[in-house]
Amino acid sequence: MTYSDSRTRLLRGLTIAAVVLFVIGLYLALFWVGPERQQGAAQRIFYVHLGSFLGSFIAFGAAVVAGIAYLRTRNPRWDTFGLANVEVGLGMAAITIVTGMTWARPIWNTWWTWDPRLTSVAIMWLAYAAYLMLRSGIEDPERRQRFAAVYGIIAFASVLFTIIIIRVRPDTIHPVVAGPTQADPTGSFEVAGRIRDTLFFNLFTFAVITVVLVWHRIRLENLIQHVMRRKLEVLSEL
Amino acid sequence: MSANPEPTTHAVSAAEGAIARPARRAGRRHRPLTPFWRAVGAVAWKDLRAEMRSRELINSMVLFTFMTVMVFSLALELDKEARQTTVAGVLWVTIVFAGLIGLGRSLAAEKDRGSLDALLLTPIDRSALFFGKMIGNLLFVLVIALVLLALLTVLFNVTLLKPLLIVVMVLGTVGFTTAGTLLSSMSVHARAREAMLPIILMPVVLPVLISAVRASVAILEGLPRDDWFPWIQLLVVADAIFLAAGYGLFDYVVEE
Repeated sequence: MTYSDSRTRLLRGLTIAAVVLFVIGLYLALFWVGPERQQGAAQRIFYVHLGSFLGSFIAFGAAVVAGIAYLRTRNPRWDTFGLANVEVGLGMAAITIVTGMTWARPIWNTWWTWDPRLTSVAIMWLAYAAYLMLRSGIEDPERRQRFAAVYGIIAFASVLFTIIIIRVRPDTIHPVVAGPTQADPTGSFEVAGRIRDTLFFNLFTFAVITVVLVWHRIRLENLIQHVMRRKLEVLSEL
Repeated sequence: MSANPEPTTHAVSAAEGAIARPARRAGRRHRPLTPFWRAVGAVAWKDLRAEMRSRELINSMVLFTFMTVMVFSLALELDKEARQTTVAGVLWVTIVFAGLIGLGRSLAAEKDRGSLDALLLTPIDRSALFFGKMIGNLLFVLVIALVLLALLTVLFNVTLLKPLLIVVMVLGTVGFTTAGTLLSSMSVHARAREAMLPIILMPVVLPVLISAVRASVAILEGLPRDDWFPWIQLLVVADAIFLAAGYGLFDYVVEE
């Protein structure tokens, strides 16, 4: 297990940067920006909510790229890349759902409602959980990689569904911050001032966090495979 | 993505990379001997004929349908109004569960008998094989759906035999069986394949299921066109996506 020093240094630097950015982002969201006029302090969770959704979107998008690249090149490193992205994306999506529920309790007076947006996010989460189940159920490594690539591509339909549904269904109560909706077809961007700055900072932060986590997960997976191979070597010598 | 996989300095992956890209699709350049739609028809007809002789699948699916409807009507204890609103849900849930039996068997039977290899060796397009299998599955599920329509009309006293509802039914089952055929060809290779198929299929077809149920409810309640037409549009889009995915990805699933 040898990596070039420059890359390890870059990863270490990025990791530290991610932690620092996260702390600053939290400070901005919790103290620097004032409370929102209608929602009060409950709105502050929105920065993490949207940030983590962006993270999961990046990760699931990268998993599609990994799936297509794997099917074209058959290089197992693309499979590792896809797996790392799905796992990180699943964690990010879980953060989105939990922060959304925390926000909904004071604002909507319920933890969960079968709103189109919430339903579609739940479906998306289940689709990627199924991806991990499918992986664990297939023993032959080459076949597992192939099927995971195919399923990673198909599952992305649920991400698109999540993004589109809120813009075509008029009956959702979930807020749309940017882009066109049924009620406002020309589209708008509804935040300004300090709220906008805090939002952009947190979006950037979560993008960095996602990249760092995926990178670490890839290294972990390589280490796991290395250990398994060493184990087999030792066993064959006995 | 800036977080690319580790570079080639990484010895372990490089070793694995050596086995990359087996010589697949070598035969793809040759013109298949059988025209595409003839091949599709032959595969579908083979499945239908085998089923007409053995009747193992259709019998179990029909019996399962009867039992599911029984369970629903006992569990829900429906009065007249409640029946009107829940019958679409009962209809689609039963179609999906009965369909899962059919989809699970369709490729598992081929694999267990060893005839899957023979099918893959035939000089036809792999996508023709996919559509043949899909059409076979679709016909089984449609038979179940028609039985169910008659059954629920009688038992729930709700008129279900409406032309629009049949359209929704066909669109919904096309989406369900297309995704189901593609994913069941993966789940046959999994360790616990009977459990695997519902797990990987349900999240993918839930959008189809939601649209189909909403459209069915709106049509049964006689609501205006605006209430069901968007759902039918969504069904058509989902069907198109699944058909394209099946056409493009089936090749990669069955290569070996």
